Amino acid sequence: MSHAVTQEHAGHGTASATHADGHQQHPIKIYLGIWFLLFVLSAFSYMVDYFHLEGALRWTLILVFMFLKAGFIVAIFMHVAWERLALKLVILVPPLTLLVLIALMAIEGDYTFLTRISSFVQ
Amino acid sequence: MAETALKVEQSASALEGLRSVAADWSQDKQAFPVPWGKAMMWIFLLSDTFVFTCFLTSYMNVRISTTEPWPNPSEVFALTVGGAHIPLLLIAIMTMILITSSGTMAMAVNFGYRRDRKRTALLLFATALLGLSFVGMQAFEWTKLIVEEGVRPWGNPMGAAQFGSSFFMITGFHGLHVSCGVIYLLVVAYRVLSGFYDRKGTYETVEVAGLYWHFVDLVWVFIFAFFYLW
Repeated sequence: MSHAVTQEHAGHGTASATHADGHQQHPIKIYLGIWFLLFVLSAFSYMVDYFHLEGALRWTLILVFMFLKAGFIVAIFMHVAWERLALKLVILVPPLTLLVLIALMAIEGDYTFLTRISSFVQ
Repeated sequence: MAETALKVEQSASALEGLRSVAADWSQDKQAFPVPWGKAMMWIFLLSDTFVFTCFLTSYMNVRISTTEPWPNPSEVFALTVGGAHIPLLLIAIMTMILITSSGTMAMAVNFGYRRDRKRTALLLFATALLGLSFVGMQAFEWTKLIVEEGVRPWGNPMGAAQFGSSFFMITGFHGLHVSCGVIYLLVVAYRVLSGFYDRKGTYETVEVAGLYWHFVDLVWVFIFAFFYLW
């Protein structure tokens, strides 16, 4: 605590590359590895379309590759994996409320579709 | 005596209301031990997450509710190269370009903290250039869709009318983010090169710019999955 405050007030003139508070310094190897993984996962996603996979298999694979890519970008490239829990919670918890919106709009979409089918489509 | 004191306190509290809030938030205590710019960027990205999710959710809603067949993105975005018909080719290339730019950005942040001024600037310029080529390809894609395929926000010859409005809204807003990001990165790159951050004593601005850029890539991951592949 006092360490962090001192650092803030002393300016960053003496900030070293391995500064623990907010300065993210990690081996280049990790970035290159994740970079490579993102290429592979993107290629896999594209393959899903290229080989015309259909139905549940297609949707499952799209979601799996999507969440893996998103996870790696957020955790490693955006350094969330190394942030303190307080910041992690601020970043990751509020978007969960969006699941409610998505669920509601999916139900609403189904309802609109059925209404259109029963009332407007000849 | 006590009453007077109470009254004084109440009127003071009315006057001091805003000031006390400001004091509370600016006290010598810190909830998030990160540079303020980074915390603020995260708050901005959080709000942007909500904006993009609203777009994608409305797209989901109209796609579920339409009784017309949804145009097949795999076919709509196919390219014919040298006589071969390759589905979704342009989008695949754009995806790869954005991931490449995310990689160069991550390296720029890394070299920034190593205080390698030249490499940081070079990688930032490379990232901006890749972002620019992404926007260029998007302009090509839009032109092709509008001029050749006749897609409009209110309709298209291939099926559900909502396809056009969803497409232009979502990719347009993402393209705007990429364009702003390119300008942002060029400014930061110029400042790196001019030694601004050496004089300031910290390269954390590069990391904050990196957060924005990675977020743009992150949004594309979701657009790619839900709009182009689904």
